Amino acid sequence: MQMGVQAGEPMMVDTILDVTGLTKSFGAIRASDDLTFSVARGEIHALIGPNGAGKSTAIGQLCGEIEPDQGRIIFNDCDISRWPTYRRARSGLQRSYQITSLFPDFSAADNIALAVQAGRPHSFRFWQPARHDKALRTPANEALDRVGLGHKADTKVTALSHGEQRQLELAMVMATDPVMLLLDEPMAGMGQVESQLMMEILHPLKGDVSILLVEHDMDVVFALADRISVLDKGRVLLTGSPDEVRNDPDVRRAYLGDS
Amino acid sequence: MTQRRLMVHGIGLGILMFLPLLAAAAGEPFLTNIASRVLVYALAAVSLDLIMGYGGMVSFGHGAFFGLGAYVVGILAHHSFNGTVIGFLPGEWQGTASALVQWPLAILVTGLFAVIIGALSLRTTGVYFIMITLAFAQMLYFFMTSLPTYGGDDGLNLWERSQVPAVDMYDDNQFYYVTLALLLAFLYLAHRVVNSQFGMVLKGCKQNETRLQALGVPTYRYKLVAFAISGAGAGLAGALAANHTEFVGPGLMHWTRSGEIMIMVILGGMGTLYGSVLGAFTLLMMEEVLSSYTEHWMLILGPFLVIVVLYARGGIYGWLVGDEMDEEPAERADGRTGGGADDG
Ligand SMILES: Nc1ncnc2c1ncn2[C@@H]1O[C@H](COP(=O)(O)OP(=O)(O)OP(=O)(O)O)[C@@H](O)[C@H]1O
Ligand SMILES: [Mg+2]
Repeated sequence: MQMGVQAGEPMMVDTILDVTGLTKSFGAIRASDDLTFSVARGEIHALIGPNGAGKSTAIGQLCGEIEPDQGRIIFNDCDISRWPTYRRARSGLQRSYQITSLFPDFSAADNIALAVQAGRPHSFRFWQPARHDKALRTPANEALDRVGLGHKADTKVTALSHGEQRQLELAMVMATDPVMLLLDEPMAGMGQVESQLMMEILHPLKGDVSILLVEHDMDVVFALADRISVLDKGRVLLTGSPDEVRNDPDVRRAYLGDS
Repeated sequence: MTQRRLMVHGIGLGILMFLPLLAAAAGEPFLTNIASRVLVYALAAVSLDLIMGYGGMVSFGHGAFFGLGAYVVGILAHHSFNGTVIGFLPGEWQGTASALVQWPLAILVTGLFAVIIGALSLRTTGVYFIMITLAFAQMLYFFMTSLPTYGGDDGLNLWERSQVPAVDMYDDNQFYYVTLALLLAFLYLAHRVVNSQFGMVLKGCKQNETRLQALGVPTYRYKLVAFAISGAGAGLAGALAANHTEFVGPGLMHWTRSGEIMIMVILGGMGTLYGSVLGAFTLLMMEEVLSSYTEHWMLILGPFLVIVVLYARGGIYGWLVGDEMDEEPAERADGRTGGGADDG
């Protein structure tokens, strides 16, 4: 198996995700154009860029839902480029969606319990009622408590507010005990208070779980990220610390409203 | 379970248990024979509901498994009656009239066909899945039509019903209770399955398969297993249908049969299991009653179906019990039983 460390990079950096030359075209649009970047183990790595820069397309290729035209993805020292989505997820690479993606007919607790189930070796258990299975329900309720949704355990997804649904989706991916999270605008459509709550949920994960965070809200990005990659037209313009990115003249002009 | 649902189930089970007595008391014993037909189709419909109502797999080829199950019985009985060996199998296999061989074999063979058809069909979704299952069923239909050994177009007469130990299958009441026992057994099995971990995955596939894969579930194999269980259930129904009409023909596999079974599920309420029994009853009774008045009874059925689909989302079952799904309330970590999301 190939190590995900590039020539020139210091050997001490423990890389969890290494993306090389990812390319994806939709007709004439190059959504990913020789996309190359890497995420260190335990860091929160923000991916920013204007609308249509190719952030969601990048996440789609990393999780396996979109097949790249070219490129290589090394995750946790394994070349996962050809793995199907479920296998990448089972190896600990979990994602959330820009548009909330849940099981709408289920209760909040059912959603999490199914995620817990997904992390188990298999679900070919045909006889015992799943909803009475404490080995699933206990971790599910704990995960709900962690994001402050414990009191909504039996509430159907469709009866939850938008913010609660976003929290539920985060609790769901967390319940699978992930190695790395790909979060596609987890705060999208949230108010100040909910956004703050989401940050309080994400912050303690730092160090334990590696996170690739796509986010438009710069306050959130600067508060959470260890490193930031700026994406434009499917390419990485620059990668650096929050300060480096904040002070880069090109970035200031393009995204931070500087003139 | 809500009180209303408990009552509906109680009344339903009561009627089913005592139907032959009620029919005799009413002086219409032939009703038992018609009721057996309803139960046979109910079994086929319940098996379809398992994949369509819970797994979101709209199979338009369920008649294939129904007919195949019937043919297994028909072919075994044919060779048993004529004392010939089964020509298309290697070796010297004789036929048999024993239900203990015929019925498990019907389940096995249809289950196996379901694995093959499912393995190919489940690579598609949506309209393509509907079309490909339909195509497979029509292929089997035309295959049986052109197979003169087993009657071809004309089908096969079943000269001898399956022999069930200690049961006289020629007695209408006993036939009825055998069918009822098998239907209830399958309902119980399906009830356990849809509430199990496997069932949660199945329901997850229907609601958001992409999400489930992103969580790490290889959904394809779960759907395939469900498809096989469903096909096997329809095969058993077919084995009973062969006995009921004492005839096996390609018509059992025709797409109109698949459509009928699907209509039963939708009428009764998708994803309810018990609803399929009500759906089978309603459709066959409408056919029975309306067709005695007019040849064009489908013209009345059509609008009726539209009304049910538009105004009773949970079908007849949902309308009766007041909620839709066959689900048990969840258990909280503290052991107290919660309200459950679907008790509305
Ligand atoms: N399935 C698709 N078919 C065609 N074009 C697509 C498809 N998906 C994405 N695109 C195009 O690829 C480009 C990148 O889209 P993408 O959704 O990755 O951007 P994004 O950075 O996530 O933007 P946003 O901030 O609006 O979410 C856009 O121009 C988009 O229109
Ligand atoms: Mg996006």
